Amino acid sequence: MTDRLRRLTPALLPIALALLVSIVLLLLAGANPFEAFELIYSGSLGNTEKLANTLLTWVPLVLAAAGLVITFQAGLWNIGVEGQIIMGAVTATWVAREIPGPAAVVIPTTLLAGVIGGLIWGLLAAALKVYGKVNEIFGGLGLDFVATGIVVYLVIGPWKRTGVASTSGTDVFRDEAWLPTVGDFSPLAIGVALAAVVGVYYLMRGTLFGLRLKAVGRNPKSAYLLGINTNRYVLIAMGLGGALAGIAGTVQATGFQHKLVPSISGGYGFLGILVVMLAAYRAVWIAPIALFFVVISVGSTQLSMRLKLDSALGGVLQGVLVLFALLASGAHLYRTRTRNQATTVEAEG
Amino acid sequence: MDTATIASIIAAATPLVYAVVGETITEKAGVVNLSLDGSILLSAMTGFAAATVSGSILVGFLAAMLVSMAIAALVAFASIKLRLDQIAVGFVLTLLAADLSSFLGDDFVGRAAEGVQAFDIPLLSGIPFFGQALFSHNLSVYGSFVALIGAYVFLYRTRRGLELQGVGERPEAAFARGLNVNRLRYIYTIVGGAFVGLAGAAFSLDVKLGWREGMTRNFGWIALAIVIFGGWNPVRAAIGCYLFGALQVLALNLQPTFPGISQILPILPFVLMILMLVLVYLDWFRRLGDRYPAWRRILASDPPSGLGRVFVRD
Repeated sequence: MTDRLRRLTPALLPIALALLVSIVLLLLAGANPFEAFELIYSGSLGNTEKLANTLLTWVPLVLAAAGLVITFQAGLWNIGVEGQIIMGAVTATWVAREIPGPAAVVIPTTLLAGVIGGLIWGLLAAALKVYGKVNEIFGGLGLDFVATGIVVYLVIGPWKRTGVASTSGTDVFRDEAWLPTVGDFSPLAIGVALAAVVGVYYLMRGTLFGLRLKAVGRNPKSAYLLGINTNRYVLIAMGLGGALAGIAGTVQATGFQHKLVPSISGGYGFLGILVVMLAAYRAVWIAPIALFFVVISVGSTQLSMRLKLDSALGGVLQGVLVLFALLASGAHLYRTRTRNQATTVEAEG
Repeated sequence: MDTATIASIIAAATPLVYAVVGETITEKAGVVNLSLDGSILLSAMTGFAAATVSGSILVGFLAAMLVSMAIAALVAFASIKLRLDQIAVGFVLTLLAADLSSFLGDDFVGRAAEGVQAFDIPLLSGIPFFGQALFSHNLSVYGSFVALIGAYVFLYRTRRGLELQGVGERPEAAFARGLNVNRLRYIYTIVGGAFVGLAGAAFSLDVKLGWREGMTRNFGWIALAIVIFGGWNPVRAAIGCYLFGALQVLALNLQPTFPGISQILPILPFVLMILMLVLVYLDWFRRLGDRYPAWRRILASDPPSGLGRVFVRD
């Protein structure tokens, strides 16, 4: 085995194993794996329209993941990301319903509103942690439940569809509030997503702020002793992460659903956590990994329609991939540890 | 409140009692099994499928336990042997197990099945009021009483239970006393997983008889929260479960009164429960214990100090 291949093994092995697991599952379900993979491909990237749809799904996932890179680097488990996406969509929906004027006014306002909604929800979880010592996992989880409650209440209550109240969503937004498209694509959404990735990359790699944030994440005690106001960094990280999640929610509402629905988050918050884990908590790889994940997600909904398979197969594939990647990295570290121990023993003996 | 209401609260809380007892044991030994939400779903599906195929409810319960034990073993292996972040592994397993349950359970959606049979416990069920509330259920519910009391006695009244606590509180000291810290952590993580499996089966073979996608979603997260709410004491945690059960029954009973917001009522117990937890968790609330020492026993909620920390022998 060449050195290059050996270095790639930790990355390739999880992919191979995930493929193997999905083939076994497909065979168990009585489907032809090759036909299934072909359908996943053609269903997500097969033609321009499908590609445009896939990219529109990619945008919120990348945005959520970019925000999660910031919170993970600060050592925080931002489980509240789902709620932050929802609240971003809620505030954007309020603007889309209430603010009059042409698209040039409404679209930037919806985005700003999304930022504010997500920001507030992120800051709430951070405030609970900083001022109340509530672990951010449970504070965030609670805020997720609250956000779900709010969105369901709005959809069946004050913002119910004219005539009937149903959980299928609000009235469709007026045209000016729809995210503008060129052909089937939405260059604004794609631009915002790419800007977020690049922005987070530079924030973490090229600024003093990023360096301090990472110090807080790695070792909060030392960071504090070095004179860093750790609480402030926790608040800022959660605020920024929430703001990006809020934009994701805005894109979901104004670009994808064109209305507010209870399932507006699309589960992109939790999926984003998987993306960031697979990207080793750094911004560089989140765009391509998110694309891969979205291809699987969008493609597997095609599977469910054509092969009568449950669309959860996509989630299984993504989960298995991240699990094996984690285990592979752990096994790699384990081998390094035992090898080092062996050499120490030899040296001592 | 009448007898029937109390009985339905106890029935509704039963799966959570199992889950909370299991997770308390696991966390007391120093390991966080964050995969509960997915574990419960997958074991609920497996339990229902196994019971339907085999025609035996017992086989269903056993299959459900095995699934959750396997997931717990994976969490233990990843955190103890590979020293991976327990939260990360648990989180991935939660999502993975949930999706697996949807994919594999497709054929069992909406199938009819017979649940666990109810029977009165002789004599005890004759006690006025409480007899019918507590002792007119089925084996799944009675089992949760046994699990709860058993876990309490084991943790606080037996030598092995004290060892378990030592492993979670001060692994180094426990090791110095000659305990195999990591082996005990493996054992108690897997034992905790068995209880989580019972929770899943208690849903799909009793409380919410049947299988549909995501039917126990969020109950695992609530169970994890209740473990904290209960200050890592199974009895206090069980009180949290019954409180949550009461909220659920209340939400159900309110539905005819507020038809306009009936879709939001099932979410409210989760919101209220987690708000209560946040309150318990808040610093000022915990400081009440310093001001009123008599309350300390009720308020104390410090996690095992070795929780989530890898024990390295060197």
